[in-house]
Amino acid sequence: MSRIGVFTCHCGENINGTVDCGKVAESARGVPGVVHSVDYKYMCSDPGQSLIKEAIREHRLTGVVVAACSPRMHEPTFRNAVAEAGLNPYLCEMANLREHCSWVHEKGEATTAKAADLVRVMVEKVKHDQPLQPIRVPVTKRALVLGGGIAGIQAALDIANAGHKVVLVEKSPSIGGHMSQLSETFPTLDCSQCILTPRMVEAARHPNITLYTYAELEKLEGFIGNFKATIRRKARSLDEKLCTGCGLCTTKCPNKKIKDEFNEGLATRGAIYVPFPQAVPNKPVIDKLNCTYYKTGKCKLCEKVCPTGAIRFDQEDELVTLDVGAIVLATGFKLMKTDQFPEYGYGKYKDVVDGMQFERLASASGPTAGAMKRPSDGKAPETVVFVACSGSRDRSKGVPYCSKVCCMYTAKHAMLYKHKMHHGKAYVFYMDIRSSGKDYDEFVRRAIEEDDVSYIRGRVSRIYEEDGQLIVQGADTLQNGRPVEIKADLVVLATAVQAQDGSEALAQKLHVSYDPYHFFAEAHPKLKPVETNTAGIFLAGACQAPRDIPETVAQASGAAAKVAGLFSRDELTREPVVAVVNRLPAPTFSYCVGCFLCQSACPYQAIEQEQIKARDGSVIRTLAKVNAGLCQGCGTCVATCRTKAIDIQGFSNEQIFAEIMTL
Amino acid sequence: MRIGYYPGCSLLGSSREFDESTRAVAEAIGLELVTVPDWNCCGASSAHVLDHQLSLALPARILALAEAAGLTELLAPCAACYNRLCSARTELEADPAAREAISRIIELPYQGRVKVVNILEVLDRCQDRLKAKATAPLGRKVACYYGCLLVRPPRVVAFDRPEDPMSMDRLMVLAGAEPLAWNHKTECCGAAFSVTRTDLVARMSGRIVAGAAKAGAEAIVVACPMCHSNLDMRRPECNALLQADHQLPVLFITQALGLAMGLDPVRLGLQRHMVPALLQPAAAGAKA
Amino acid sequence: MTDTFEPKITAFVCNWCTYAGADLTGTSRIKYPSNVRVLRLPCTGRIDFMLLAKAFARGSDGIIISGCHPNDCHYTSGNYHARRRWMVYRNLMDFMGIDTSRITFSWVSAAEGAKWAELVNEVTEGIRAMGPYTEYQELAHAGVE
Repeated sequence: MSRIGVFTCHCGENINGTVDCGKVAESARGVPGVVHSVDYKYMCSDPGQSLIKEAIREHRLTGVVVAACSPRMHEPTFRNAVAEAGLNPYLCEMANLREHCSWVHEKGEATTAKAADLVRVMVEKVKHDQPLQPIRVPVTKRALVLGGGIAGIQAALDIANAGHKVVLVEKSPSIGGHMSQLSETFPTLDCSQCILTPRMVEAARHPNITLYTYAELEKLEGFIGNFKATIRRKARSLDEKLCTGCGLCTTKCPNKKIKDEFNEGLATRGAIYVPFPQAVPNKPVIDKLNCTYYKTGKCKLCEKVCPTGAIRFDQEDELVTLDVGAIVLATGFKLMKTDQFPEYGYGKYKDVVDGMQFERLASASGPTAGAMKRPSDGKAPETVVFVACSGSRDRSKGVPYCSKVCCMYTAKHAMLYKHKMHHGKAYVFYMDIRSSGKDYDEFVRRAIEEDDVSYIRGRVSRIYEEDGQLIVQGADTLQNGRPVEIKADLVVLATAVQAQDGSEALAQKLHVSYDPYHFFAEAHPKLKPVETNTAGIFLAGACQAPRDIPETVAQASGAAAKVAGLFSRDELTREPVVAVVNRLPAPTFSYCVGCFLCQSACPYQAIEQEQIKARDGSVIRTLAKVNAGLCQGCGTCVATCRTKAIDIQGFSNEQIFAEIMTL
Repeated sequence: MRIGYYPGCSLLGSSREFDESTRAVAEAIGLELVTVPDWNCCGASSAHVLDHQLSLALPARILALAEAAGLTELLAPCAACYNRLCSARTELEADPAAREAISRIIELPYQGRVKVVNILEVLDRCQDRLKAKATAPLGRKVACYYGCLLVRPPRVVAFDRPEDPMSMDRLMVLAGAEPLAWNHKTECCGAAFSVTRTDLVARMSGRIVAGAAKAGAEAIVVACPMCHSNLDMRRPECNALLQADHQLPVLFITQALGLAMGLDPVRLGLQRHMVPALLQPAAAGAKA
Repeated sequence: MTDTFEPKITAFVCNWCTYAGADLTGTSRIKYPSNVRVLRLPCTGRIDFMLLAKAFARGSDGIIISGCHPNDCHYTSGNYHARRRWMVYRNLMDFMGIDTSRITFSWVSAAEGAKWAELVNEVTEGIRAMGPYTEYQELAHAGVE
């Protein structure tokens, strides 16, 4: 005997402005099985929730339908309220009258009729709902942090300091990320390495953190609290226990012509190398693609000179499998390269560089030891032009979004240049100045007022090389679009921030959503910025969207807090929306015939075999059985089963047929 | 091999040598040019400035006539005609209602089945035949000037790299010349301002001529009658403004290739140029 | 004013991608016709042939099936199963005489609010042009008094 209560929410004017909530409540009253139907302004508020709780008690309700916003918004809210009133929370469903109705249709009869329909659908579903008990699973209190830049380091330190184990995985030979390549950071002009390296060392030394560098995630299985991650530790060709980090091998390598990634191609390195002097770990790696020995079988000089015999040419990649309970994605970003700009020379002009390359030029540990020398001939550039928004905010040829950090770092670059070359001339071509952080606008004003940087509002239409200089053709829109032509010695393009290479593949491995630009998707743009739609996987830093250092650190700490929250319990309760194979008394036992098609369809290997035995021990039947701990409730098995022996609690065949029947 | 041919007004008028040289080269490599019967002016710059429908109807009529004549492709050597034909075709392809309207105006069924190609594309296809016939390599340093209409707008013409095209350069290599890397390949020459604002053309074309000369070019090679006219006919104005005396000749791509194939310079129309262009191809590798 | 035919469209969508995408359409306030009724499923892999047949038997004039893009399924492979099954269901439907052009199979991700609206618009207008679908109902009720 169903006794359903229907509660229609006005959501202020959000629903009631377009849908006649009174009529919806009225129509619900007429549905067989509904004993109570009211409407109210804000169902999710305290008084609203009390309405529901009281009604459950007063009318002895066996099921509740809240017709309001999307269940993705408030299903947990109402299920909690219902549970507090003593009704099983899985007997509460929501009809989506807001995102799927009032917000997308015009006011009118048709819209109200649709709302009434949606309510009827959910009433039918609730009539067939079973009271379910949450499933409890243990939580592995170890976190996996993917990415060893400032985001990953901060998250790892915070989680480790909260008392939990962390495995920090970084794909390059050292942690530090892009922040380690910067010379000084805005708005304080702090030396980047000086503030970063103590954290890097702390992360390496922390007793709770295991550092795997030169390693990548190979495979991920499992679910929140119970992930199984396989990490590939690429072969360094080095016995790390014997290596003392003396660096002799790196000085002796004869093959020194390889483009140095850390210096953005402005310098070269050997085949055996340490990415930068403050690298953590400070142990070299052999670049197998470029090493003479690996390519031709000759050389091995490094092996000969190594005082401890640490070189291991035969070393293979190692696969490590870990049990982890939560994952933090902190894989960072990459910069668009100068060869993406046809108007600026297709990347062929050596003196047209991107922002990171300028950082290396300005850096005391860079290829010019911080002296302003341009890449083509080493001459000190007397005139430098900075072009902001290169590739960003460009719907036709670049990316439509703003890369956020360029206005600030362009001002910074111009200031660094002027500090090193007082008599040099610096020009910035800009569209807008976006300097909204704390002390940010004052920083940009400093560049203009104290360091005499000329800001020209306009785009650069073309750059070409003539007589050893770069002719920059732009316009000054604040002077009626007057054409401006500057003969520059060096041009720095503030190129667009993009998602890291391999982001799409990584997202697919983790079942995390991503946007068209391959930035990872947060669960809610406003209220869940550090979670993803995949339970147990969190986001930190620029892998989610272009971001500066203060925000990255804040977000990383936020992700760490979520992980610590997850780990604060020994057990996780999971939604009981799982599949169940039916069981009947002997001699039928089940509709299941033991074909195990469901087993091959299941993505989680959650179907097991169960043998029904007679009293003498002989096997009568082998039937399918669902491991509720592994089942994620997708329902693929249900559609696969030929005899309809398996069904999902919460989305059963009966329920869906009942929903269809109301339409 | 045959292809539809649309000379357009300029090739029968002030740029007659472009038509002459194109026909000469086509004959030499066995390419049959089938002129569209009863062709009309494409509208060039005036039509699209004055009336949108007219700017669609004029090229549409040409394409409809070409289709009726059984042609699948139409070569328009004049870059402006090429650009107008491509623009009209692109716009009509996306808009069935416009196609219907235009068909009524031109009193012919417009189906959009004819593809529009430019001279560089066609010559590029005939690379092997050109190479076989290039018996008198030019041995000169040349600056290939593309102008704007052949490569822009990129989504309409979809041809070569808009900022640093190389198709003409590759053809000049076939002709035994040395195409130079220079900075004004796609800069505007001043276009139709030739008459109304000759001072602007003097400045813009002057820059191009000076740039070519600076790069060490002995000749400029073009594929557009307007560019040719501005760089050649307006040379005195350019030189006056630059206070220089640049005498490097301006050749159409078909003229340059024709010379490399040993064809008679007069047949290629080289005597029609303002800046003397009756140069002899130097022996391969010899300096000018 | 003439009565325009208002088709009944039933949409079977997956919770993680299309349902979320449709939510985004709502938050972005993009409007689309109100003929569609969305039924939430955990995954498109859950979709059975009988659900589709039942929807037609109950008077739906058109059906939309929509889930996550290939490679992005929250449950890894549910949408692949759905896609493969769809090929088989189509054959069955053709054999039975069900008009398969009334079913649209699509991928809409959680970020594609505008695409969902476009899809609903397209399908609603398409089904409206096709007119009401009564043949299957007649078939299903044949012999039942």
